[in-house]
Amino acid sequence: MATHKIQVKINGTEHSAEVESRLLLVHLLREKLSMTGTHIGCDTTHCGACTVLLDGVPVKSCTVLAVQADGREVMTVEGLEKDGQLHPIQEGFWQEHGLQCGYCTPGMMMTGYALLEKNTDPSEADIRQAISGNLCRCTGYVNIVKSVQHAAAKLRESTGTAAG
Amino acid sequence: MIPASFDYHAPQSLEEALALLQQHGDEAKVLSGGQSLLPLLKLRLGAAGHLVDIGRIPGLEYIKEEDGVLRIGGRTRESALEHSDLVRTKYPLLADTAAVIADPLVRNLATVGGNLAHGDPANDHPATMLAYRAEVVATGPNGARAIPIDDFFLGLFATALQPEEILTEIRIPQPPPRSGGAYVKLERKVGDFATAAAAVQVTLAASGEVERVGIGLTNAGPTPLRAAEAERFLTGKSPTDDVIAEAARLAASAATPSADRRGAVEYKRQMARVLTARAIKKAIQRAREH
Repeated sequence: MATHKIQVKINGTEHSAEVESRLLLVHLLREKLSMTGTHIGCDTTHCGACTVLLDGVPVKSCTVLAVQADGREVMTVEGLEKDGQLHPIQEGFWQEHGLQCGYCTPGMMMTGYALLEKNTDPSEADIRQAISGNLCRCTGYVNIVKSVQHAAAKLRESTGTAAG
Repeated sequence: MIPASFDYHAPQSLEEALALLQQHGDEAKVLSGGQSLLPLLKLRLGAAGHLVDIGRIPGLEYIKEEDGVLRIGGRTRESALEHSDLVRTKYPLLADTAAVIADPLVRNLATVGGNLAHGDPANDHPATMLAYRAEVVATGPNGARAIPIDDFFLGLFATALQPEEILTEIRIPQPPPRSGGAYVKLERKVGDFATAAAAVQVTLAASGEVERVGIGLTNAGPTPLRAAEAERFLTGKSPTDDVIAEAARLAASAATPSADRRGAVEYKRQMARVLTARAIKKAIQRAREH
C-alpha cells in the first residue's frame, strides 16, 4: 500500500498527513482532519455538495485525490467565517432562506463565494450558470440565487462599488 | 466509494513521466484532470496499478496560434478554453463545445487531452475534433508523432495512443475566411452525457456555396462518428433548407446509437438529424459573419 506524506494549507493553516494514494480529498477533510463542513452527496461528480476551492478554484473534492492537493491551498466552508463574523455569502443564505435541508449548502456557498471573488455584480443568468454543477434536491434554487445576490450587494457596499 | 489500491506518481517533467509509463507498461494510467478516470476507478469499472499524474509538469497548458494551426496543450483545462478570447472569437465550434462539457466545476479540472484520450464516444471533444480535422500529438519515449483525428479512435475506450505515450497537444487548422462552426447538444440535465450532439465546421466559397465541411456526431455509435456521406453531399452545394435537411438525414442514417435511459435508438437518431440540421445552419450563419 503506497502512502505519501503531504502538506496542504487549509483555510490558512498548514496541515500534514500521511495518506494512501487512493484517499480522496473529501475524505482527507472529513475523516482525517474532522472538518465535516464539506459534505459527500452523490460521490459520482454530479451533485457538488463536496465543492471546495483548490488554489482558489471551485472543484468537486470527491473527484480529487488528497495527494493531488499536496503543496496547494484548499478553502472549505469552515474558512468563510472570520472572527465570529459571517461572510456575506453565509449571511445571504441566512437572510434569504437559501437552504431547506441544508445538504447542498456548503457546496453552494463555496461556488457562490468563488463567483463573487471574480464578479461582485453577477446577473441572475451568471449565478445560475455558476451553480449549474451544484444540485439542490429541495429545488430551492430561487432563494439560492437571491442569497448570492444578497451577498453580492453586501460585497459591493463594503468595497464602495456602485450597485447595478 | 473508494478506488482499489494503486500507487501514485507525480513526475516533474515529461521525460520522468514517460520513463514511469515505460517502467509500468499497461499497469499505468495517465492522470490528467481526473474527471473521467477517478470516477471510473471509484466505480471500479477500471483499475490501474499506477497513476502517473501529469498535473505538475510545466508547459502542458496553452492555447496559441502558430504556423497556421491552433495549438492546444494536452492538459489545457476546459474552463480555459471556455474563457479564451481567441477561442471564442475564432473557434466558435470549440467554444460551444467547451461550454457544455459536464458542468462548470468539472470543467475547472477536466482537460481537453483527457477528454480525447479517454476514447469515450459520449465525450464532446471527439466529434468537434473530427469536424475540425484536427491532429493529436502523442509523445512517447522516441519523440512526438502527429495522429490525424480520423485514425485516433479505434473502438470503445480505445485510441491509437500507446501505453507509453502521453497526449501532449491538439492541433486545429486555422480556419480560412468565411468559416464558421457550431456544436449543438441535447442533454437531459447539465452534466449529463449527450442524448445526441452534432459538431459542424464549414467554409463557404465567395459565391456562398459550401466549399468544405466537417461533421462529427457524439454518442452515435461505439466510436465518435464522422458523417462522411453528409459531408460529401453538402460539399459544392448551395446550402438551401432542402439541402441542409438532406445532409442531416444522411448524417443521422450513419448513426448507430444504443438504447439506454436517454432514449430509444429511433429517438436518438431523430435527435441526431435535428441537431445536425441546427448545427449546420448555425455554422453557416457564423461563416457569413466572418
